[in-house]
Amino acid sequence: MIEIDGVSYGYGTTPVLRDVSLSLPKGGVTALIGPNGAGKSTLLSLMGRLLPLQSGRVRFDGLDVARTPSETLALKLAVLRQETVLGTRLTVEDLVAFGRYPHCRGRPGEADRQAVAAAIEQFELGSLAGRFLDELSGGQRQRAFVAMTFAQATDYLLLDEPLNNLDITFARSLMRRLRSLADEHGRTIVVVLHDINYAAAWADRIVALKDGALVVEGEPEAVFRPDVLAAIYGVPIEVTRHQGRLAALYHWE
Amino acid sequence: MPRRRLALLAALTLLAALAFMLVAPQGNWSFLLGFRGERLAALALVGASVGVATVLFQTVAGNRILTPSIMGFDALYGLFQTGLVFLLGGVGYAALDARLKFLIETAAMVAAAVMLLTLLLGRGRTDLHRMLLVGVILGTFFRSLAGMLQRLMDPNEFAVVQGASFATFSRVRGELLMVAALLALVALWLAWRQRHALDVVALGRSVSIGLGIDHDRLCQLALVVVAVLVSASTALVGPVAFFGLIVASLAHVVMRTPRHAHLLPAAAMIGATILIAGQTVFERALGLQATLSVVIEFAGGLLFLFLLLRGRPA
Repeated sequence: MIEIDGVSYGYGTTPVLRDVSLSLPKGGVTALIGPNGAGKSTLLSLMGRLLPLQSGRVRFDGLDVARTPSETLALKLAVLRQETVLGTRLTVEDLVAFGRYPHCRGRPGEADRQAVAAAIEQFELGSLAGRFLDELSGGQRQRAFVAMTFAQATDYLLLDEPLNNLDITFARSLMRRLRSLADEHGRTIVVVLHDINYAAAWADRIVALKDGALVVEGEPEAVFRPDVLAAIYGVPIEVTRHQGRLAALYHWE
Repeated sequence: MPRRRLALLAALTLLAALAFMLVAPQGNWSFLLGFRGERLAALALVGASVGVATVLFQTVAGNRILTPSIMGFDALYGLFQTGLVFLLGGVGYAALDARLKFLIETAAMVAAAVMLLTLLLGRGRTDLHRMLLVGVILGTFFRSLAGMLQRLMDPNEFAVVQGASFATFSRVRGELLMVAALLALVALWLAWRQRHALDVVALGRSVSIGLGIDHDRLCQLALVVVAVLVSASTALVGPVAFFGLIVASLAHVVMRTPRHAHLLPAAAMIGATILIAGQTVFERALGLQATLSVVIEFAGGLLFLFLLLRGRPA
């Protein structure tokens, strides 16, 4: 499980996160939602040790993120940020293969090659495997990066807005894959989402942040209430049901 | 494929070395072999050091146009030399033991590199743009400071500084060869050991941390290695600003792979080959009618402009 204890963070004097405590059970998909500047990405970066903790503690299955060696953590959790610009020119296959680095330290064996092949197949990248990343569309590149984190074969996956740049087809198929990673491979997935309807449709839990503080957490049913959503986003949001599925309506005044 | 290209490069290097040793012999062989052998070793060492240093630096910086000299690494070296001449006088400078001088200068370079880096990397956020800006400003600062000292000093002493601060491939400072080679080889070995981790570092900070690399520490190590290699090569032949750019670009073009296991040896061999072959041609065919460093700088400057104008480096 993921335990977050009293995490605060600030850039200079501006606080971004204020005393966030949260515990997420192992397994399932958790969606992090909230308005721009709520601190979602910062929280995810702190969890993935991309930023050093200023106060508080984050533990994955008891492993303290601040104390555990980075290479040990790389076998426990994979993290993907939204802006991913590479310094080098890589093919899709090369990139996915880097996901195996924590396991093979640059000397891939048979098991690593199989894991890479499986990741490429899982994310339908077979036809793109030999292409260079800078020749791909934003969405295809995004899939390649998610495939890399999948190849890392960690219990926990932290993804920062993976639906950015994705059209409806790929956004949906990526969420379906994340769902199956959780259901069939037993991975625990924490994903920052902007579109709350995707959160309601695919996540087991929703955690909402606003102004750096935890507003509400719980099952989609508990979070998807007009008063709760209005409190998070500061605008009236209508909640409805269509064929038993929750949907929020917010795209007109 | 990369292996075959590496083998080809090795053959080229060997060929250049043989040509350097055997073409147009003058005087008796035993003297010649010793005399040329020393210079061959120095040229190979400088070529390899500059090539590897530039590839390392570009990997850490995530940019194919930057080189250590743009960050002011060799301007700093020049400042140390000018400062020493200024303090000790031309005679005192010449009387100083060359090896001691080299060790002091290298230590100062490494210390400056580490200081600059801990200052900029200290808070766990690598801000490359800030670092480069600081590097460019410091480089200008070091050059201007050295320039001011040179204006203040006696013309005779200025001549000593000039002698020390132009690249000369014909007159290698042989007395430094052993100690510079030792340091450079240790640095090259350290870089080679990290070849797989460097592949990951090239993916950028957040991806490499996610894959379990201690990114900041590895960048520091790489820049210390760069400082040592630049010191060693500058001490042996003087500063060559654009040479590294040529070598690193060629290494990337020839190898067409992001793997440092291939890039590092390729850069080392390309650097050595260019220097050795170039020097052979200039010395034996053109009878020292021109200077290799001028041509290298000219070609490197053109390449730099080309890379800038083309926008996206290969």
